[in-house]
Amino acid sequence: MKVLVTVKEVASAGDDFTIEGTGIAESDLEYDLNEWDDYAVEAAVQLAEAGVADEVVGVTIGPERAEETIRMALAKGVDRAIRVWDDAFATGFPDVASKVDVFEAVVAEEEPDLVLSGVQAADDGFGATGVALAERIGFEHAAVVNHLDLDADAGLANVHRELEGGVEELTEVDLPAVLTVQTGLNEPRYASLRGIRQAQRKEIAATTLDDLGLTAEDVESALTLTSMYEPESESDAELIEGDAGEAATRLATILREKGVGA
Amino acid sequence: MSDVLAVAEHRRGELRDVSAEVIMAGRELADALGGDLHLAVVAGDVDTFADELNREGVDAIHTVAEGEEFDHNVYQAAIAAVLDGTDAAAVVAPNSVNGLDYAPAVAEQHGLPLVTDAIDFEYDDGLTVTREMYGSKVETSVAVEGDRFALTIREGEWEPAAGEGDAPIEPVAIDSVESGARVAGFEEVGGGDVDIADADVLVSVGRGIEEEDNLELVEELAEALGATLSASRPIVDSGWLPKNRQVGQSGKVVTPDVYLAVGISGAVQHVTGMKGSDTIIAINSDPNAPIFDIADYGIVGDLFDVVPALIEEFE
Ligand SMILES: Cc1cc2nc3c(=O)[nH]c(=O)nc-3n(C[C@H](O)[C@H](O)[C@H](O)COP(=O)(O)OP(=O)(O)OC[C@H]3O[C@@H](n4cnc5c(N)ncnc54)[C@H](O)[C@@H]3O)c2cc1C
Ligand SMILES: Nc1ncnc2c1ncn2[C@@H]1O[C@H](COP(=O)(O)O)[C@@H](O)[C@H]1O
Repeated sequence: MKVLVTVKEVASAGDDFTIEGTGIAESDLEYDLNEWDDYAVEAAVQLAEAGVADEVVGVTIGPERAEETIRMALAKGVDRAIRVWDDAFATGFPDVASKVDVFEAVVAEEEPDLVLSGVQAADDGFGATGVALAERIGFEHAAVVNHLDLDADAGLANVHRELEGGVEELTEVDLPAVLTVQTGLNEPRYASLRGIRQAQRKEIAATTLDDLGLTAEDVESALTLTSMYEPESESDAELIEGDAGEAATRLATILREKGVGA
Repeated sequence: MSDVLAVAEHRRGELRDVSAEVIMAGRELADALGGDLHLAVVAGDVDTFADELNREGVDAIHTVAEGEEFDHNVYQAAIAAVLDGTDAAAVVAPNSVNGLDYAPAVAEQHGLPLVTDAIDFEYDDGLTVTREMYGSKVETSVAVEGDRFALTIREGEWEPAAGEGDAPIEPVAIDSVESGARVAGFEEVGGGDVDIADADVLVSVGRGIEEEDNLELVEELAEALGATLSASRPIVDSGWLPKNRQVGQSGKVVTPDVYLAVGISGAVQHVTGMKGSDTIIAINSDPNAPIFDIADYGIVGDLFDVVPALIEEFE
């Protein structure tokens, strides 16, 4: 079987950051592979190593810069990747449906039996793309999967869905399916030196909307990001000043007043 | 003018609190849109749930008695039937784990723009939703085109709807659903040696600790303070501490007298599990870490400097 993994390069805000317009200043952003997608990649690569998956293909919607991150997924064992980009994604605030337009076209081309995506992207965190994609392409799905046992012959995925409060739902999902992967599903590997070398030779196919038979209008977003600001603090935290020693002394006093360690 | 459909949530025979919150959010939206608020109650003991949720502000309740537990295919079919039989064009669902399992599919199925994890919204000729980004470091406003949309709301952000309502309760029949995702049961995880929910003082450690070997440091601190050790999710995901130590949405909700967060950023799914603590103290090197927004006391500093100094204070 063939596994398609959606992988996103996500940005995080450094310790000190400034907001410019409706975004964080480019120089204050750090980029990395989305944590949830790292677990999805690991799950896919393990399926390949177990002989269940014949091929693992990664797909991303991202600018050229994202190739560095996508190469990390290749270094971990993804066979090849597809990178889709259009200026429409850079200028607007893509909604879930517009990303699904792209993934739908990629699915039509690649015909995977299983799609793995992350529960959420750490930056804009919609937590929605995988499930919306499943609906669009007529696959079954399960969201927030923290245990996966695939029975390819029976066409089934036995999963645990991690609910709130330490309760897991045990669910049997028909394939083909989209599963959104929760952290803790496995132990993502570090890329080996050999893997990193091999990844240099693996393909990242730069793909345009046109290549996928789509136009900029197709992926028009119904959402506009109109402002971004630092949230107001809900508490009036007393910030304890001084070097570590002074701060510890003050904190010790506070703790003792609360009856701790007394 | 259009109506709003809110969707209730229950699990293993019990309504979840967020059900009353989606009613409140739904009522606000219905007022803004000048329409009625419909409530869908799907699966399980729908009649009891419907009675319990017949609160002020609900105009009509639609019950779909199909199956016992949550199944996204049943929810999708039920919501489609209610949307079809009413003037509702906006859907409000909880941003819960089950909400994440059906709301995006519902939005996709009905071509509704989707905004998830709303913490607030305003309506002025159109909907503008407040939501966070970058691990709660910033808030954003997101404007939605048109009056048909799907919205999921963060749990605990809206007051629960109260009072007694007199909405008619109408059963809705749907064709039986051959589901491709079948629930076989539930499993409770995280039992074990300690119940962190019982502790008066928690020292809670996060990814800032960097390595498993460094855990010794916070263990020492917990011991010096007579506290119990708990953790954020990455520590448990890495297998450094057992699941019964995890604080948060998928771990435990704790309300100790003192919660000392060490190297924890304060992601919403963590904060959900500890914001009810009497006194919250945070040690974090990032002055913009969202944990400081809910803390009573904060030290902006390197835990590897502050924690040893603090241990010394108690020796
Ligand atoms: C459905 C779902 C359920 C979830 N359930 C839970 C849950 O139950 N519990 C939970 O905790 N999370 C949960 N999460 C994960 C959550 O979103 C965050 O990823 C997680 O809480 C982050 O943990 P953290 O704060 O330890 O790590 P990070 O966010 O990586 O934060 C580490 C912090 O350490 C600080 N730091 C680094 N070095 C130092 C140093 N030397 N000194 C001082 N500070 C330092 C950094 O500034 C940073 O703020 C869930 C997520 C999802 C999607
Ligand atoms: N631009 C993107 N490129 C690749 N994958 C993405 C992208 N956006 C979202 N995804 C996938 O969808 C998951 C959920 O993202 P979201 O719905 O945005 O929170 C992520 O973990 C990714 O696997």
